[in-house]
Amino acid sequence: MALFKLSINNRTVEADVEQDTPLLWVLRDNLGLVGTKYGCGIAQCGACTVHLDGKAVRSCVLPVSAVGKSKVTTIEGLSEKGDHPVQKAWDEVDVAQCGYCQAGQIMTAAALLKAKPKPTDEEIVATMSGNLCRCGTYHRIKEAVKVAASKSN
Amino acid sequence: MKTLDQTSRRDFMKVAAAAGGGLFLGFSWSNSNALPVVVDAKSIAAGTINFNAYLSIGTDDIITIVSPNPEIGQGIKTAFPMVVAEELDADWKQVKTVQGNLDTNIFERQLTGGSGAVPHSWDRLRKAGATARYMLVEAAASTWKVPAAECTTENGKVLHKASGKSLTYGQLAEAASKLEAPKEVQLKDEKNFKLIGQSVRNVDNNNIATGKPLFGLDFYREGMLFALVQRPKAFGLKLKSVNADAAKKMPGIVDVVTFENSVAVVGKSTWQVKKAREALKIEYEKAADLESSADHNRIFSQLMDNGEATVRRKNGDVEAAFKGAAKVIKAEYQCPFLPHSPLEPMNFFAHVREDGVELVGPTQTPDRARAEVAKLTGIAPEKISVEITRQGGGFGRRLAADYVIEAAHVSKLVKAPVKVIWTREDDMTGGIYRPAVRYRFEAALDKNGEMIGYKLRGVGINSGNPTREDNFPSGSVDNLLIDSVEHKSPITTGPWRAPITNFLAYAEQSFIDEVAEAAGKDPVAFRLALLEKAKKSPAGEVKYDVDRMIGVIKLAAEKSNWGKKNGVHQGFSVYFSHRSYVAQVGEVVVEKGKPVLKNVIAAVDCGIVINKSGSLQQVRGGVVDGLGHAMYGNMTFKDGTPDQSNFNGFRLIRMNEIPEVEVHFVENGISPTGLGEPALPPTGGAAANAFYKATKQRLRNQPFINEEAFKGIS
Repeated sequence: MALFKLSINNRTVEADVEQDTPLLWVLRDNLGLVGTKYGCGIAQCGACTVHLDGKAVRSCVLPVSAVGKSKVTTIEGLSEKGDHPVQKAWDEVDVAQCGYCQAGQIMTAAALLKAKPKPTDEEIVATMSGNLCRCGTYHRIKEAVKVAASKSN
Repeated sequence: MKTLDQTSRRDFMKVAAAAGGGLFLGFSWSNSNALPVVVDAKSIAAGTINFNAYLSIGTDDIITIVSPNPEIGQGIKTAFPMVVAEELDADWKQVKTVQGNLDTNIFERQLTGGSGAVPHSWDRLRKAGATARYMLVEAAASTWKVPAAECTTENGKVLHKASGKSLTYGQLAEAASKLEAPKEVQLKDEKNFKLIGQSVRNVDNNNIATGKPLFGLDFYREGMLFALVQRPKAFGLKLKSVNADAAKKMPGIVDVVTFENSVAVVGKSTWQVKKAREALKIEYEKAADLESSADHNRIFSQLMDNGEATVRRKNGDVEAAFKGAAKVIKAEYQCPFLPHSPLEPMNFFAHVREDGVELVGPTQTPDRARAEVAKLTGIAPEKISVEITRQGGGFGRRLAADYVIEAAHVSKLVKAPVKVIWTREDDMTGGIYRPAVRYRFEAALDKNGEMIGYKLRGVGINSGNPTREDNFPSGSVDNLLIDSVEHKSPITTGPWRAPITNFLAYAEQSFIDEVAEAAGKDPVAFRLALLEKAKKSPAGEVKYDVDRMIGVIKLAAEKSNWGKKNGVHQGFSVYFSHRSYVAQVGEVVVEKGKPVLKNVIAAVDCGIVINKSGSLQQVRGGVVDGLGHAMYGNMTFKDGTPDQSNFNGFRLIRMNEIPEVEVHFVENGISPTGLGEPALPPTGGAAANAFYKATKQRLRNQPFINEEAFKGIS
């Protein structure tokens, strides 16, 4: 066990865990941030996507010891009032069915739009194809990313 | 206007005033905003009323509507309250919806499965709203001393237009609560629906998009322990011995317990128990045959020719029809096992105490979960509470209670609150799959190309009856024989979204396409002619609605501009399942030598559409699901062990692999007939038939990606 100091959602927090513990389980089991989901544990589904210094990463395969001083943003910290353009677009387009994968989808989409505010359809599909949705909400995910892109500056 | 009689005691709705004021039909709901997880089980016991009902109205005008059935992504938590709100004439903006806990005293059929929730509850929900509306009107009329007939309702208010008076439901709730509930209540004419048929957004959108704890896996309790269970790695093995010495010494581990063929590692965090589980030393011994996929193929062939078949339906003289046939068409189709793969893996919280049990988690059948836990613990069902969380998909997997029983086992053994979690590997290799099935179809055509004989034999592995003997084309062929053979295997199977029909529909609709071609007829015209025959001179009993089936066929043909598109290869499919009818046209275009399914046009008859947005997505999602699994889904076995254990080996469809999906609903005013499953079955057939047009190669086995037509194409 070791004590890790982490910057999560602009707060410094501590977790006393083994160093190989994936960030995902530190967030969920130790810090009570359960918005980040477990889906596969091998970086195949994207349900666990968080931002590490603004870039989308899979927290299920990121050991806590590798986080260092990087700033972690989870779905809970994406916006203060749940009003990030991507979050709003997800509601407007009514994307979710079961909803389980959507936090990961939103984090992936938000990172894409940060890097590329006006992505082409091909860029949206190429990026979002890394995230699985077992309900098959892909049409609306694509539409919502476009809506968010059209509304952000 | 429709009138509904109060029929059973359970349907009889009483009203009482609650201490806090307001109109409460059914139990009061004081903490509906409480997080995590929907509902505090104790609030039901503390509620003042114990009747079958769905809503309460607060003096603050907030209308709380309970949705009792598990939400797994089918949209019930939005659709159910919409129906109540419609009859109530509530203002949707003032409606709060909450997930009900298991309560068999006040709710019936509190399960999600068989696309049956809306068909079952349609009238009950409407009556719940209409009864409250009636009482609110009575209360207003008596306050104003005017006849109730002069009062109208809209947007959460009762109005008296002649005098210009109006009162909100919240203002009237207390007075209304003192009135007798009506014995009969008038329901709206469907033509006057304002909310039903509109697009209403998922009521949990905001919670989902901000990462609130909604799901079973998100449930945490102070002092709760985590458990991972090691189950036998192969179907057919049983536990012989366990050495947990090393595992027990690992950090965070509280205990290792054994029950039946399972070993549970219990500790303080998910990661710690996962690592400790890997340190277990377990020996197993053979308890049954360890089957491989090669064995299954051999068994299929053997039973297809020599199995002792159970006759499911027989009309006319099949042997004579085939003897006298001008042409006989014969083909075999095969579909593999499939895991359900809900993105939230199996998990459940249990706290078994001496005097009762608390269960929290994702289940499609809370009542079964409770019954099983009662059996295990010897504790009476009324002392067992079940909180139903939002569920990260179900697809039939959560109809089983195995993972709930496990949680109860572990909690009982370690005498502590425990959450059992399945890793993805556990979920995929832990059993209960769609059964693998092989079909043999045979059709006899006369010299005019009329189908005079039809035979279907289904051979399934733990499939039960893998046919739907009374579905189309039964009733349209004079001489017909449908039978089946089952092989019993240690590999566990169960319902998978649109059970049986999720693969039978593809096989049958692809075969019908083969028969139409052999008869030299257009696939749509061929199906319509069979249905006309089923209508005019049915062969035996016809248990589907021929006109509704014709309706969706014609609509899909019209909307797809069937047979008139240049450079587009169209394939047709139609299926009746779970009371609803769906026809689909798949459109394949060849791009750089590669056949690509670009579009699916779906015509859907599920009766009245409650939530347009949810229903549209339900159909699109069903098509994506149906296509994805037909195209890529494959679970194989070696010596009883699944070859695939996670999404790297088991391929799920992704965004870059989906077609556009165009959806058309039939408007016929029929009471809703269900939509959670019916859009899925036709998709495999529409795709296979369109791919055939483009490649001239039949896709007779799933997954399609392994077939000759896709060789060299990823």
